[in-house]
Amino acid sequence: MLRKLLIGTALGSGLAFAAHAQDVKEVEMLHWWTSGGEAAALNVLKEDLSKQGFAWKDVPVAGGGGDAAMTALKAMVAAGNYPTASQMLGYTVLDYAAAGVMGDLTETAVKEGWDKSVPAALQKFSVYDGKWVAAPVNVHSVNWLWINKAVMDKIGGTEPKTFDDFIALLDKAKAAGVIPLALGGQNWQEATMFDSVVLSTGGPEFYKKAFNDLDEEQLKSDTMKKSFDNLAKLVTYVDPNFSGRDWNLATAMVIKGDALVQVMGDWAKGEFNAAKKTPGTDFLCYRFPGTDGSVVYNSDMFGMFDVPDDRKAAQAALATATLSKSFQSAFNVVKGSVPARTDVPDTDFDACGKKGMADLKAANEGGTLFGSLAQGYGAPPAVANAYKDVVSKFVHGQIKTSDEAVTQLVNAIEDAK
Amino acid sequence: MTTVATQIKLTPEHNARPGASMRSRLQDALPKLVLAPSFAITVVFVYGFILWTVYLSFTNSKTFPSYAITGSRAYQRLWRWTFESDPPSSWYTSITNMGIFGFLYIFICLALGLFLAILLDQKIRGEGMLRPIYLYPMALSFIVTGVAWKWFLDPGLGLEQTLHQWGWTSFHFDWIKNKDFVIYTVVIAGVWQASGFIMAMFLAGLRGIDGEIMKAAQIDGATTFQLYRRIVIPLLRPVFLSAFIVLAHLAIKSYDLVVALTSGGPGGSAWLPSNFMYEYTFKRNEMAVGSASAVIMLMTITAIIVPYLYSELREKPR
Repeated sequence: MLRKLLIGTALGSGLAFAAHAQDVKEVEMLHWWTSGGEAAALNVLKEDLSKQGFAWKDVPVAGGGGDAAMTALKAMVAAGNYPTASQMLGYTVLDYAAAGVMGDLTETAVKEGWDKSVPAALQKFSVYDGKWVAAPVNVHSVNWLWINKAVMDKIGGTEPKTFDDFIALLDKAKAAGVIPLALGGQNWQEATMFDSVVLSTGGPEFYKKAFNDLDEEQLKSDTMKKSFDNLAKLVTYVDPNFSGRDWNLATAMVIKGDALVQVMGDWAKGEFNAAKKTPGTDFLCYRFPGTDGSVVYNSDMFGMFDVPDDRKAAQAALATATLSKSFQSAFNVVKGSVPARTDVPDTDFDACGKKGMADLKAANEGGTLFGSLAQGYGAPPAVANAYKDVVSKFVHGQIKTSDEAVTQLVNAIEDAK
Repeated sequence: MTTVATQIKLTPEHNARPGASMRSRLQDALPKLVLAPSFAITVVFVYGFILWTVYLSFTNSKTFPSYAITGSRAYQRLWRWTFESDPPSSWYTSITNMGIFGFLYIFICLALGLFLAILLDQKIRGEGMLRPIYLYPMALSFIVTGVAWKWFLDPGLGLEQTLHQWGWTSFHFDWIKNKDFVIYTVVIAGVWQASGFIMAMFLAGLRGIDGEIMKAAQIDGATTFQLYRRIVIPLLRPVFLSAFIVLAHLAIKSYDLVVALTSGGPGGSAWLPSNFMYEYTFKRNEMAVGSASAVIMLMTITAIIVPYLYSELREKPR
């Protein structure tokens, strides 16, 4: 009896040991995609992996924008408890890579040919020191207008091609008694709109020099002053109650027809989809006037951490699945963004998605794909937030003139560098 | 079980000294042993981390802590921002808001709490029901308070909208959307939450006052006002101390209320130093500046609380 027990225990522990030496078939994933549509989109990946026999350990940290998730990640990494992967944005990936905690996906990347299929601008953030450290999931672009078609028809508007057209269109809406511009008065929304205004006012070359290279000459130029003046013009078309409003409530105003247009990234399309609206018949998506041909982007990435060897196989499977064409298509159809590789067929996407994909491809080839400063893809977080401060203070009147705004912008960015 | 216990109890009496001394030594050490873990935890996790924060504020820590001391650049930046009032720097906004909020919140809570407590102390009917009604807001988290008041004060949803629908269309109350007044809405919500609790503290104090003193004063011909002004309020002094300390720390750590109620306010105009600290440390990856601001907050609190505690507690032995 005793001997049997002993043998059993020995066998048991031997088995456990053997299992331990094998690969751990599990991916641990930290993310903040907890809202309905986003969770559904992520579920696609979960199912892909479970088909290959990998278990999914979910570490969701709610809170749009991911501040809470990033705080949690910082704690996990500081404790040496790296997740397999974490949702990350732009410079955060590079910060963690510089701290030496990211894994190396180069082998997978070479096998899958990511170098050619992922836009070069994105590789700036997913490749560190020659090594792939993150798998981009999608590309959002921010220079979009979202227009309620019924309201547009009522006021007899047409697609605005220039900034002046846009102002004329907003005037028409105002005359018809609709709120012309739906804006949420939170700093990131104001700055996101300002990204488009700058691109429209100064053109692609100017945007790149000012907001990606942080060239001081451009930042304090008259073109930048004019951009602030244009922003001030736009702000006169918002309703008095805009301050502090969440972005999805602003989108809802357009969906319901209370407002004509919102300037917002393509995640706004998710709200239209959720309200069962169809592009072309219920709502219209145009590029922000004067920015057609350029794309100001941000991108969600899965940063891959330097996990123990027995977890590397699961990590590679996750990365491969993330950038597979089928997942890129299925995920981005649900999420409202466009695939992070330019060779995915656009058959499943709606009209706005197709346009977004074509634009991304053209911008990638034409060199007009720029990181959004407001979304943390133009400069590190310290600079990006200093920029948001200045724009927001200008919108809300703490900064009174465009001259002052430009001076403040230069100082704030200099200070934060 | 009982036999074992008695045996142990008996042993020292029958046996020699070593056991007895062991036991008495254990008895002497017991309080220290029991307190040691919590003492150690406090030392490490409160005072240890305070020192660590001070240390970090002199480094150039960005996203992650870095341990090379690089000087007081973080403090220099904060010092410069302290005087940037036009347009206001975020730090300037934070500290002026702290002044406005801290003063009004503590003062109004104390005044309102005392007033309510005196009213409730008039032997009125239904006190048992009224007291919890005032006390209840304290049971809510700041997030709930913030969200509820955000909706109530929003001109498009709450009070203003309702009054417009009832026909009073000239009514206008948009403080929560106004960069110059948004901090006062934080005061309103904060006072709503805490004044009931302060009332309960004062009520307990009032109930503790000896009825004989009151009667004596009344016989001597004191008016009700004089009675409260000269006798009751001075007797409540210890309650003022406790209430002040409770309110002061609530005021200084108000972070969630600002976030839930105003999400920072238009152009960051509702920030308090705690918001500043969190923003810089975790969102802007400027850990050194965040730490420096935390150290300055601690210094300020110390400068206010310590002299007050000293003056209040020193009188005891007399």
